[in-house]
Amino acid sequence: MTAQLHIDTHLKTSELERCAELCRIALPRAEVAITPQREVQLTVAVTELYAALAWLKDAEGLKFSQLMDVCGVDYLAFNPAQPQRFAVAYHLLSPTQNLRVRVKCFVAEGESVPSVVALWPAANWFERETYDMYGIVFAGHPDLRRILTDYDFIGHPLRKDFPLNGHVEVYYDAAQGRVAYKPVDLPQELRNFDSVSSWKGLTGNTHLAETDNVFVREEFK
Amino acid sequence: MTLTTDPQALIAQGMDGVNTQLRENGFLLTTVEDVVNWARAGSLWPMTFGLACCAVEMMHSAAARYDLDRFGTMFRPSPRQSDLMIIAGTLTNKMAPALRRLYEQMPEPRYVLSMGSCANGGGYYHHSYAVVRGADRIVPVDIYVPGCPPTAEALVYGILQLQRKIKREPVFGEAGRRTEQPQYAYAEGEVRPYSALEMHID
Repeated sequence: MTAQLHIDTHLKTSELERCAELCRIALPRAEVAITPQREVQLTVAVTELYAALAWLKDAEGLKFSQLMDVCGVDYLAFNPAQPQRFAVAYHLLSPTQNLRVRVKCFVAEGESVPSVVALWPAANWFERETYDMYGIVFAGHPDLRRILTDYDFIGHPLRKDFPLNGHVEVYYDAAQGRVAYKPVDLPQELRNFDSVSSWKGLTGNTHLAETDNVFVREEFK
Repeated sequence: MTLTTDPQALIAQGMDGVNTQLRENGFLLTTVEDVVNWARAGSLWPMTFGLACCAVEMMHSAAARYDLDRFGTMFRPSPRQSDLMIIAGTLTNKMAPALRRLYEQMPEPRYVLSMGSCANGGGYYHHSYAVVRGADRIVPVDIYVPGCPPTAEALVYGILQLQRKIKREPVFGEAGRRTEQPQYAYAEGEVRPYSALEMHID
């Protein structure tokens, strides 16, 4: 008897279609698709999110008992424009069926999403992170606090309208004898490098870079 | 071989000179400052303070191949027992007060070695909202080791440079009192220590 290779069964078309079909039958209002990357993706409304996830966790023949990830997406300035600004994506794994599924849910700004901590305790920190980074509120979360950013941090850094440099920077204030905050003061602008020339990525005050770095053959003779 | 009490001449004579001096005179002549600095440089105990990937290179420098123990450099688990802080990795805003506190818990004289691009000036994360743009905004830094991450050899070289620096240091009098100001911790409106020209701004 030869060993059954199972490494890539989660990519088998028949398995993906079986998973998608079960989802279509049980969740008629969800949008079920198999993406070109061979992933099953469900798009559900906020109102049906909790029921859909609860069903996926215990569904016969699927049993997505593990929550791999919860993350947010900000569609601000996205083309084509989304009616709702944010999305929350859940990635589930079924160890018994060797299947993965993504559940996506669009949420408007200010709208809250039901917490799934009761289904998967792993969601606790994932939802805190999503809240920290995007400001998406998870209703029913037992302890919705920031998790990664600094104490008393203001804003949600992965939102597209959050400035990359942030608003404050820290320094040691000798007079106060402690590490203090002050507004960001960057003497050099951010460079957007391209692959052709590292100097072309500079915008603005580039005259020094452009004149000082010209290769003059005569200088090396 | 001539007998001498001049320290510089003694150094020039090497171990033969030292042996001759001891055999003929029964004593060696040097300054207290040299002895103090020799002792300080020869037993630098760094605090184990790894913040990111640089810490892995720091571990390599302490392990069998490079073996920092040869230089009397042994990692300590407590700031109370350390006189050198190796800032190995990215210093974030959230970590900065903790770093400053650990620095203040170290007994004097204390030295700081900034390891890698992130600790030197923010490095790859210079424009990030969450990263300190150089550990020297929080604590005074003695030696900067460049690299991303620096190799274990580079760190060993940095520690040797620090030993050289310590051996040249004045110990007594006004000059012997070390400054405790971070070099780049300027208040708002204060003139920056680097010129606008260096930073390519008008």
